[in-house]
Amino acid sequence: MSYPANFKYTKEHEWLDVDGDLGRIGITDHAQHELGDIVFVDLPKPGSKVTKGHSFGSVESVKAVSDIYAPVSGDVIEANGLLSKNPEKVNEDPHGDGWLIKVKISALAEIDGLMAAADYDKYVGAE
Amino acid sequence: MRYLPKSDTDRREMLAAIDLKSEEDLVSYLPPDVRIDKRLGIEDGKSEYEIVEYFKRLADRNASGYASFLGAGVYNHFRPVLVDAVVSRGEFLTSYTPYQAEISQGTLTSIFEFQTMVCQLTGMEVANASMYDGSSAVPEAAMMAVRITGRDKVLIARGVHPEYREVLRTCTQHQGMPVEGLAYAKDGRLDLDDLRHKLKEDVAAVIIQTPNFFGILEHVSELSHLVSAKGALLVVVFTEAVALGLIEPPKEADIVVGELQSFAISPSYGGPYAGIIATREKYIRQIPGRLVGETTDAEGKRAFCLTLATREQHIRREKATSNICTNQALLALMATVFMSIYGKEGLRELAEQNLAKAHYLAGKLPLKFDAPFFNEFVVRANGKSPDQINASLLDRKIVGGLALVRFYPELSDCILLCATEMSKREDMDAVAAAFIEQ
Repeated sequence: MSYPANFKYTKEHEWLDVDGDLGRIGITDHAQHELGDIVFVDLPKPGSKVTKGHSFGSVESVKAVSDIYAPVSGDVIEANGLLSKNPEKVNEDPHGDGWLIKVKISALAEIDGLMAAADYDKYVGAE
Repeated sequence: MRYLPKSDTDRREMLAAIDLKSEEDLVSYLPPDVRIDKRLGIEDGKSEYEIVEYFKRLADRNASGYASFLGAGVYNHFRPVLVDAVVSRGEFLTSYTPYQAEISQGTLTSIFEFQTMVCQLTGMEVANASMYDGSSAVPEAAMMAVRITGRDKVLIARGVHPEYREVLRTCTQHQGMPVEGLAYAKDGRLDLDDLRHKLKEDVAAVIIQTPNFFGILEHVSELSHLVSAKGALLVVVFTEAVALGLIEPPKEADIVVGELQSFAISPSYGGPYAGIIATREKYIRQIPGRLVGETTDAEGKRAFCLTLATREQHIRREKATSNICTNQALLALMATVFMSIYGKEGLRELAEQNLAKAHYLAGKLPLKFDAPFFNEFVVRANGKSPDQINASLLDRKIVGGLALVRFYPELSDCILLCATEMSKREDMDAVAAAFIEQ
């Protein structure tokens, strides 16, 4: 699977899709593949705050529970309700229907520190 | 698991491998003042016969043939002989919680039965494979509530066993979890005004016990409305599991923790016992410890497995839900066998006997609190000293109750008494007399 060119990526394997000051956050295809079958996704409630580099939730697969780290700081405006009943969507469509949360980004400058798709592709290739 | 002794040659080889000459070198780094530099008071060269004699003589010094009216968290109940017959089987007695779990289907089956019975007993939806004991289950429930609510404060009723409260304080003191006590009212129940006053938006858990330390039943249902209205979780603790044979299960609670010593676990010297933690299914990912689930094997047959192990320490390391990474399997099995023997009806009859005997004895004595109680109650010594009363009972081979001053300075003239199915009428009459006679 290729990494969408319009997304930004973190070293912890989250992606960020920016639209103005709004951002959608998910985990990458590489991350879902490494985790294996995902059985539960723990996400923050709308209204809570996330901080760049800090954990805002976790993804539980049959073999591990992994924290998810925020690529940028901001306020959570929506958590993907589809995942409470269908956590496997993260495996099936990690860059689409398997998105995790939407945030209102509080510091747009934080985006500059993230990787472009080509750089992330290289990064996971080397990992 | 086998334990193989080492030969002198083994020891020499092991020492040589780490460049040491003697076993003494292994401990030479210890400061001299923490080491015992004399021989232990144990004689050399006894024959097997002499050793057996020695221990027999020692055992004879144990007090036996005493009646007991001491409860306060540990209860004197009958242990059916069947319990030891089952738990002494080699397959159970020598087993440890299996790490290669699914190979031990027998152990997993017995744990699954245990979890099911604990749910039936408490009115909860999920229970884990057991906790170390009732007291250590309390901080686990508090930490669970903190994780679920995202708040940090814990309120605990003074009617919860004082030692359980101390364990909670020990475990929470470095966790950034403030703990505050809740007063009891004139009738011995939780003081609702104090609760209303302290129950703010920062409270994660309200911890109560029923029957409480004074033996009195709390209003679980009423409390649950108060607590949930403020977004906190209600944790219900029990120390006397037999009470659950008669009283309504605390099904309005969010988390139930308790001690199963009453279910065929010998009082011993204060342990080991077996604790439980049970909760609603929606909180299953926050429950600490092991969980056994039912599944099907490759051939479609019913089988049992450890489940949700990803929350546990051996996988999630420092982010695990708890430091508990095992359970109290053998003692929990005693309780499981006990529950199987008694069944729902048997447990109810047992509880009724406890209730009847306690109320017979209480009827002869001046009670401190006026509220419904199960098999324990607080008695006023009426001018006499609790220690004096207990001393005079001890002369008659009766262990009296707990002088409450040890935990409740304001109750310095009160004794907590407990009667169970083991209490005989003549002994109860003697206890009543000791309070009255000059």
